[in-house]
Amino acid sequence: MKISNESDKLKYSNVWVVAELLSGKIQPVTHELIGVARSLADARRSEVWVVVLGSGVAGQAGELFSYGADKAIVVDDLRLKGFVDEIEARVMVRLIDKYKPEVLLGAATARGRALMPRIAGMTNCGLTADCTGLGIDPENGDLLQTRPAFGGNIMATIRCSDHRPQMATVRPRVMKALKPDAEKTGEIIYERVKESDTSKIKRIIEIFHSDETTVNLGDAQIIISGGRGMKGPEGFDLLRKFAAKVGGAVGASRAAVDAGWIPYAHQVGQTGQTVQTKVYIACGISGQIQHLVGMQSCDMIIAIDKNPDTPMMQMADIAIVGDLFEVIPEILNELSKI
Amino acid sequence: MKIVVCIKQVPATNEAKIDPETKRIIREGSKAIMNPFDTYAIEEGVRLREKSGGEVIVISMGPEKAAACLREAISVGADRAILLSDKAFGGSDTWATSYVLAKAIRKIGDVDLVICGKQAIDGDTAQVGPEIAAHLDWVQATYVMKVEDVGPRSIKVRRMREDGYDICELDFPAVLTVLKDINTPRVPTLKGRLASQKMEIPVWKPSDIEVELDKIGLDGSPTRVVKTSPPPPRKTVTKRIEGSPQECAQQLVRELRIRSIL
Repeated sequence: MKISNESDKLKYSNVWVVAELLSGKIQPVTHELIGVARSLADARRSEVWVVVLGSGVAGQAGELFSYGADKAIVVDDLRLKGFVDEIEARVMVRLIDKYKPEVLLGAATARGRALMPRIAGMTNCGLTADCTGLGIDPENGDLLQTRPAFGGNIMATIRCSDHRPQMATVRPRVMKALKPDAEKTGEIIYERVKESDTSKIKRIIEIFHSDETTVNLGDAQIIISGGRGMKGPEGFDLLRKFAAKVGGAVGASRAAVDAGWIPYAHQVGQTGQTVQTKVYIACGISGQIQHLVGMQSCDMIIAIDKNPDTPMMQMADIAIVGDLFEVIPEILNELSKI
Repeated sequence: MKIVVCIKQVPATNEAKIDPETKRIIREGSKAIMNPFDTYAIEEGVRLREKSGGEVIVISMGPEKAAACLREAISVGADRAILLSDKAFGGSDTWATSYVLAKAIRKIGDVDLVICGKQAIDGDTAQVGPEIAAHLDWVQATYVMKVEDVGPRSIKVRRMREDGYDICELDFPAVLTVLKDINTPRVPTLKGRLASQKMEIPVWKPSDIEVELDKIGLDGSPTRVVKTSPPPPRKTVTKRIEGSPQECAQQLVRELRIRSIL
């Protein structure tokens, strides 16, 4: 909503988080969003509210309070099984109109990146994607939203002074969850899906759970990624073992995906996913610029390659010069000793 | 079937180099290209038309030189193109951009399907597609990895999710955003290239699409960039580990433990 005068802005308060659900379960990114929402709400002397949209979700609200939420709005309805963007967006727009949150945060996941812009479009609000920093301007209380732009080459700070709520998405693993306190409780508000929310919607015909088609690269702490140097699909078996050992996910360069060695869902880079993990281990990836823009914001980059002069080996924090087919089994061996 | 594909011209990164000091990408002087994700959107639009008949119209908002991308789309099978170009559009954020594109889609009229790429590689937001759907109040499916079926009144698609995928059916009019694995785009034919050079590309201004002027451009955009700064610096020193595979492995595990990663 566009709001030009200051007294109307005062009608908006509290920091909202849209809970992220997958297969009907609240995901850890929700706790991370509550963590950052808590600091924003404290700076604004307001509350953290979490909106849970789903089917069979009512029992999960308790954990939200232990992570720092003050209130939870629960909309538990069979029609919210699966992800029907149109219904969820209409429900959210009604709730926003009714309770007037000052800030609305969502996860930058497949669902959040469909739902949040739909809400922003409907409410005439700005939306900042993939924020890595969120703060409050001490002078006027506006939300300051910082995000990487141009493949992480610039950090841009963005504000939406004249619109409420101020909306942003954050990727999993970017913000920190507070330590849960089981003693904490909060108020649950139950809201409903209205008949009018369900007109002109898509029909979900089937839902498939699969490990093979998708990979939760966004949610991983460590990504073990392979490129042309893996020489074939069998090479990725080695990386899967490595990833399993360290609790990581398997990534890939475009070259490996285009060669058909591993599905596209694993692709990191300009036409794949942009990742921001704690550790990125590049195995036999030379480091074409399109790949680098997708992973250069990772905290720590480790490269393994026979050739010490590739762009990847040059940019890595740790560069291991050697045959990855010999080095990785030794790493697995060393890890077994811990 | 009337299909509109929305495309964007973006700076190319493949000509950029890495700054040896900061280890960041230098973009100065890079060429403009079609957003790579949009090539899949165009291809899917053309394939749907080949199957069901109708026409594919590509639209883009941008400077005049963005017409080059529209010509590229014509060369691979799009039927016609419209460029939305005017000073007043400049500085639009995703909300204002999607508002302009939605207005253009209304102006084109009787559109059944809008297809966008998943996201543009310069902004990386993935917002314009769903925002177009919101402005039009049409159904949407994002992260589409496959078109399962298309009929006269609806389309069935497969959407990618973090934990798998789903199949959903959308009645027209609808908006899709597509992933790279939906298809392999064709290369232009000589005939296609010639056609694209001859094609007249109309340029639409704000008055052509009946937009409210206070909702477009920099002033009409809800978001405002207030500051840009360099990203936190990457360590410029690369620690190189060499030796026997076992020595390398031991040293790496040691390094990871020092940093409390393991």
